[in-house]
Amino acid sequence: MDESAGYYCDCFDIFWVLKFKKLGFKEFCFKKSLFLFHFGGASCNNCDIEILDCLTPRYDVERFGMQLVGSVRHADVLLVNGSINKKDKPRLLEIYNQAPKPIIVVAIGACGCTGGIFAEGNTFAGPVDKIIPVDAYIPGCPPKPEAILAGIVKLLSK
Amino acid sequence: MSKIIPIGPYHPLQEEPELFKLYCDGEVVKDIKWETGYNHRGIEKLSESKTFDQAFFLVERICGICSTSHPFAFANCMDEIAGVEIPDRAKYIRSIIGELERIHSHLLWVGLAGHFLGYNTVFMWAWKYREPVLDLFEMITGNRNSYAMFKIGGVRRDIENEKFPKIKEILNYVKKKTDLLTGAVMDDPVIHARTKGVGILTKEDIISYGAVGPTARASDVAIDVRRDDPYAAYPMVNWKVITAKGCDVFAKAEVRLLEMYESISIIEQCLDGMKKTKEGDIETKVKEVPAGWGTGHAEAPRGEVFHFVVTNGSSYPVRHKVRAPSYVNIATFKKSCVGQTITDATISLAAVDPCYCCTERMAYAYDCNTKDMILNGEEILKLSHRKTEEIRKQL
Ligand code: SF4
Repeated sequence: MDESAGYYCDCFDIFWVLKFKKLGFKEFCFKKSLFLFHFGGASCNNCDIEILDCLTPRYDVERFGMQLVGSVRHADVLLVNGSINKKDKPRLLEIYNQAPKPIIVVAIGACGCTGGIFAEGNTFAGPVDKIIPVDAYIPGCPPKPEAILAGIVKLLSK
Repeated sequence: MSKIIPIGPYHPLQEEPELFKLYCDGEVVKDIKWETGYNHRGIEKLSESKTFDQAFFLVERICGICSTSHPFAFANCMDEIAGVEIPDRAKYIRSIIGELERIHSHLLWVGLAGHFLGYNTVFMWAWKYREPVLDLFEMITGNRNSYAMFKIGGVRRDIENEKFPKIKEILNYVKKKTDLLTGAVMDDPVIHARTKGVGILTKEDIISYGAVGPTARASDVAIDVRRDDPYAAYPMVNWKVITAKGCDVFAKAEVRLLEMYESISIIEQCLDGMKKTKEGDIETKVKEVPAGWGTGHAEAPRGEVFHFVVTNGSSYPVRHKVRAPSYVNIATFKKSCVGQTITDATISLAAVDPCYCCTERMAYAYDCNTKDMILNGEEILKLSHRKTEEIRKQL
């Protein structure tokens, strides 16, 4: 009984704050630092490396409060790169289901957006947006770290 | 009580996301199993639907870090089938791209190995000093990672003579920074304590597992395709095969760091050699590829890449077989990790191949009987970091 009351209070609080600050729920969730989780599908590793490159001194996304986290349960943004093959598909779905909602899904690279060069492969199981909803696409093979940064910063100001 | 610690599958320790299962008794790894297939894209089959020109873009995307080695081996293979001799300038350019890739790949590995040991400074440094190499790539080829430089009978783009001073300048910078990294790794007592005597692969192990590349060279097996079956410009320049006698993780680091100096010297000699050739003379035109078969190999940063192609006179390959170095090197885990503690297993796994792109986010340990989660990837990493801390304190 007490627990449910507490729960109600929390919800009430959040909605009150939202109303006061004139924010939407989604806007409120993504207002502070974004935590990124990276899912590498059947990729060629270049996109993975460029994502990691974003964290190293030259690009340094931590300036924007972004950080790579170890579990999707802590993440606000799910970065998916690489084509998705039959073995990856159920795992991607599971990871998406585990993620706290709302979550921003970003498809990175030609493979993530459309399947790229691997789209005709016999193990290809559909581009990312056929499996889970995608909010942003960053094309390129691989996209430069600048492009990844620009994409995420654009999302921040959306 | 035996525990299974899965590392992966979305844990790109190697070229592909793979699942490693460490069977542990207490702290000690008793057995290791691995499972692949998460990264299967059907490249050999896809290649049969691409023309030879298109196939270069496909093989480039087998592995992003080795995105020259595969086209290199494929180009050697196709040159053999077409029976062409490529111009000297093209040979030099091929070697330059191959060696630049080795530098960036080894730097990447040094960084990641540092990350495993809890030396995030080394990680950040190495990746910072890798950026100029990527800039160089962007200047020469137009892209940071997938270069699209190779074609049958030569290369696609020339490196103009006026770019040479800039290339040499960046190489000098990289050399200085390599000195710094080598100093940081070679003189640090903690790194010595963490990596010496860890992940031992004796000469006999290497030969019986057929391991290649720096993994083999760190155990005093001087195997290097660039010397054993010379291709491109390697017979035209002076260099030596780097080996070490340590057999452990430290020796692997040593081999990789010293190889970077060799690569820099090879590139400098290639640039000097290129000055003697005519600008723009970068390919031998190949009208058609006859029916037949050919093999080609190249020394990737991780070992020998091998391509085998069968043609039937059309512009599509009939069969295309690829063997990457990691495929053989992975098998050595059975020797290098078994008998080690879990904390040392991570670095032993990483020692063979550097493509450790991410944190161990889906690695966890669970009790076989209760299926309870015991350790996740971060905790394993923390254990490793703690051991480094302890050693540091004792010294
Ligand atoms: S988009 Fe290009 S670089 Fe990225 S994983 Fe796919 S093939 Fe590799």
